[in-house]
Amino acid sequence: MALDSRIPPGPIDKKWANAKAHYKLVNPANKRKYDVIVVGAGLAGAAAAASMAELGYNVQCFVYHDSPRRAHSIAAQGGINAAKNYQNDGDSIYRLFYDTVKGGDYRSREANVYRLAELSVDIIDQAVAQGVPFAREYGGVLENRSFGGVQVSRTFYARGQTGQQLLLGAFQALERQISLGRVKMYPRHEMLDVVLVEGQAKGIVTRDLVIGAISSYAADAVVLATGGYANVFYLSTNAKASNTTAIWRAYRRGAYFANPCFTQIHPTCIPQSGDYQSKLTLMSESLRNDGRIWVPKKAGDKRRPDEIPESERDYYLERKYPSFGNLAPRDIASRCAKEVCDEGRGVGPGGRGVYLDFADAIQRLGRKVIEERYGNLFEMYQDITAEDPYAVPMRIYPAPHYTMGGLWVDYNLMSSIPGLYVGGEANFSDHGANRLGASALMQGLADGYFVLPVTVGDYLAGQLGKKITADRPEFKQTRAEVEQRISKLVSAKGKRSVDSFHRELGNIMWEFCGMARSADGLKKAIGDIRALREQYWRDVRVLGTNEEPNQALERAGRVADFFELAELMCIDALDREESAGGHFRVEHQTAEGEAQRDDENFLYVSAWQFTGDDRKPVLHKEPLVYEEAKLATRSYK
Amino acid sequence: MDLTLQVWRQPSPTAEGKFVTYEAKDISPDASFLEMLDVVNEQLTEQGEQPIHFEHDCREGICGSCGMMINGVAHGPAGGTATCQLHMRHFKHGDHIRVEPWRARAFPIIKDLIVDRSPLDLIIQAGGFISVNTGSAIEANALLVPKAVQDRSMDAAACIQCGACVAQCPNGAAQLFTSAKVSHLGLLPQGQPERYERVVRMVEIMEEHFGSCTMYGECEAVCPKEISIDFIAMMNRDYLAAKFKNRKSEANG
Repeated sequence: MALDSRIPPGPIDKKWANAKAHYKLVNPANKRKYDVIVVGAGLAGAAAAASMAELGYNVQCFVYHDSPRRAHSIAAQGGINAAKNYQNDGDSIYRLFYDTVKGGDYRSREANVYRLAELSVDIIDQAVAQGVPFAREYGGVLENRSFGGVQVSRTFYARGQTGQQLLLGAFQALERQISLGRVKMYPRHEMLDVVLVEGQAKGIVTRDLVIGAISSYAADAVVLATGGYANVFYLSTNAKASNTTAIWRAYRRGAYFANPCFTQIHPTCIPQSGDYQSKLTLMSESLRNDGRIWVPKKAGDKRRPDEIPESERDYYLERKYPSFGNLAPRDIASRCAKEVCDEGRGVGPGGRGVYLDFADAIQRLGRKVIEERYGNLFEMYQDITAEDPYAVPMRIYPAPHYTMGGLWVDYNLMSSIPGLYVGGEANFSDHGANRLGASALMQGLADGYFVLPVTVGDYLAGQLGKKITADRPEFKQTRAEVEQRISKLVSAKGKRSVDSFHRELGNIMWEFCGMARSADGLKKAIGDIRALREQYWRDVRVLGTNEEPNQALERAGRVADFFELAELMCIDALDREESAGGHFRVEHQTAEGEAQRDDENFLYVSAWQFTGDDRKPVLHKEPLVYEEAKLATRSYK
Repeated sequence: MDLTLQVWRQPSPTAEGKFVTYEAKDISPDASFLEMLDVVNEQLTEQGEQPIHFEHDCREGICGSCGMMINGVAHGPAGGTATCQLHMRHFKHGDHIRVEPWRARAFPIIKDLIVDRSPLDLIIQAGGFISVNTGSAIEANALLVPKAVQDRSMDAAACIQCGACVAQCPNGAAQLFTSAKVSHLGLLPQGQPERYERVVRMVEIMEEHFGSCTMYGECEAVCPKEISIDFIAMMNRDYLAAKFKNRKSEANG
């Protein structure tokens, strides 16, 4: 199948308006005849479910949590970008668009990014109307701050809990639709497969996480908003349950997977402290506004930070990137941290850490201002490390945080399976090879509130009178396959816990498909992953049965899918013989060690098609055409 | 450090539960309470015993999934923290720790330390929102909100819906949770049109499912987000005002 991105015609600032003017509409009286399934209730899912219900569609929403308010969007700290130009500092939709394309190292689809920038302003209006308590100035207007990778202040925030407050806005809208009977909510239900009827997505199969019942649900269209897959690394900043299963199952049913190797390693996380560690905690990138990053100049310098004089400190980001300094984009800041630690200049136990120092900011602004800006983050840091960041510099180190890759979607957010839509982090579309800070919340909400409700409608308009019910054989067949897979896991009766396998997989990925990747390493990783996966199915130990709450079984299914995804990530990373954004191939770097893109040969989206177990996936290329943005080497010097 | 745990094990909602003793050996003071349980669970799996089930997700204290009674205190001894952010340095070598699920009539046990907190969502469904459809919002800066009002609203909005307030309350009341949501929205200018209708609907659903508040104040003491009990007073005042308003409007026909 050829990839048709369905980018609307016209100049870039008219494309979305053109598209909206030509989408098919569903008559208001007919909307209630359509069922739409939404999987996931983070920013994209909750916003889409609520907005489509407001339009009059019957929505069924599925989450594996006990409540839709728990989705991992809730953990986003720093903020959300919008091109409001409230600060009069030269911002515009065009500039937000351009920053995002450049930040993504020219590997995103221009038309999608422009639409995202356009919609950013509506998101802020919508959120404020819902009662999201964004930070304000004394005059009562909204406040902004700056964020990595840009030179304007366009980030809106609610203390260090911006994701939480935006999610609560969407959650409350969703709860309102539940109370009106327009959304049927299925908490504690995990989607385990998508059901295709005559090549179109017409339903899903779920497991009830309390009683283990495997059920299928039919609908006229299916929306996946199930988040990213950074937990493939085991240790990441993602919530423990975040997983790839929903999108991976869709991939196995024919949805193409785009740019799986584009993963973001976030520069400011609390370093690992021991083997028991279950996750890594992010410290908001906003800290880089006032914190200065440094390491000792000398390798192996074991002195306490306050014993190291200014002249023996290396503020390496300020040195290498004088114009952006500590606000260099995430991929660059992460790679630099790895570099200085590889040189033996890392700090803290194990030498995998760099200082993020607030001493200057406290002296300049006073402790009170710093408390107001970052108080809750400083507390969190102290809870975890037992160190007081007002007195000693924080120690930070990069950690897997976000995945730019995801299911391939066209401009309308429809995957290569007709009727299957993908929103938020689960799709690949807007961030290219690197996501800028405060852009994930923006994308999730743009997809959910403003894009999906109209584009799904366009598809539904053509489905009138084609109602499918769950008694079709395709549903029974898919259910049987899901049951079979579960019984295989429960009956493996092996010796090793699911987590022990997951950790080992994570180590392979971090070592060979993390911040720096090489052809030899990736080849080795593919072999190691296959061997471990083979052992997994033989030797995993899942106690208990399917017919009860069984957290080991839940994890076992997710880890099984991570194994398959991990291999595809390595295949993709091996295939992409260039460095771009978060994808750094050591063979492709400039003399100064910067990422070297190859626009001549790799200016495309890699969309992988599943062809069967143990068979090589087929690569489809969507060429990236830049009409507005001028291809250039990113420079943050 | 080495610890002795007494953990509530209950295979299903209807099965009888009991405390089971486990030894947690060689635990790092830098591990979180949940990481300590992970270590125990790995041992249990090795021994062929089903791991202890507990709810958790973000492990950053924000999703509100986790929560357990630790020596009788919701989220444990540290104060102002969710269980996932409670670190083992708050305990010492040789401690005995009793771990139980939330105990409240409104929260039936599902398995081990997992309870059903869905009645909290019912309170939100009753009115914990501002009725505004996507697309009909006004320009954000057209509405000015004094900083102090916004800050106060944010204090209330910080609630993570973990249920600790209910679990700690001797009456199993949900006043702190409900008042946090009522106040978050009721303080803001956007929330004014529905303010009095909202408080009545939310309070009435709350009373259907939860116990009554008699001002023990234990909810505030265990709240991981340190939400102030003042919000309960604010909710009660609004509720009373709403009742008077309703009576007046009924009298006027």
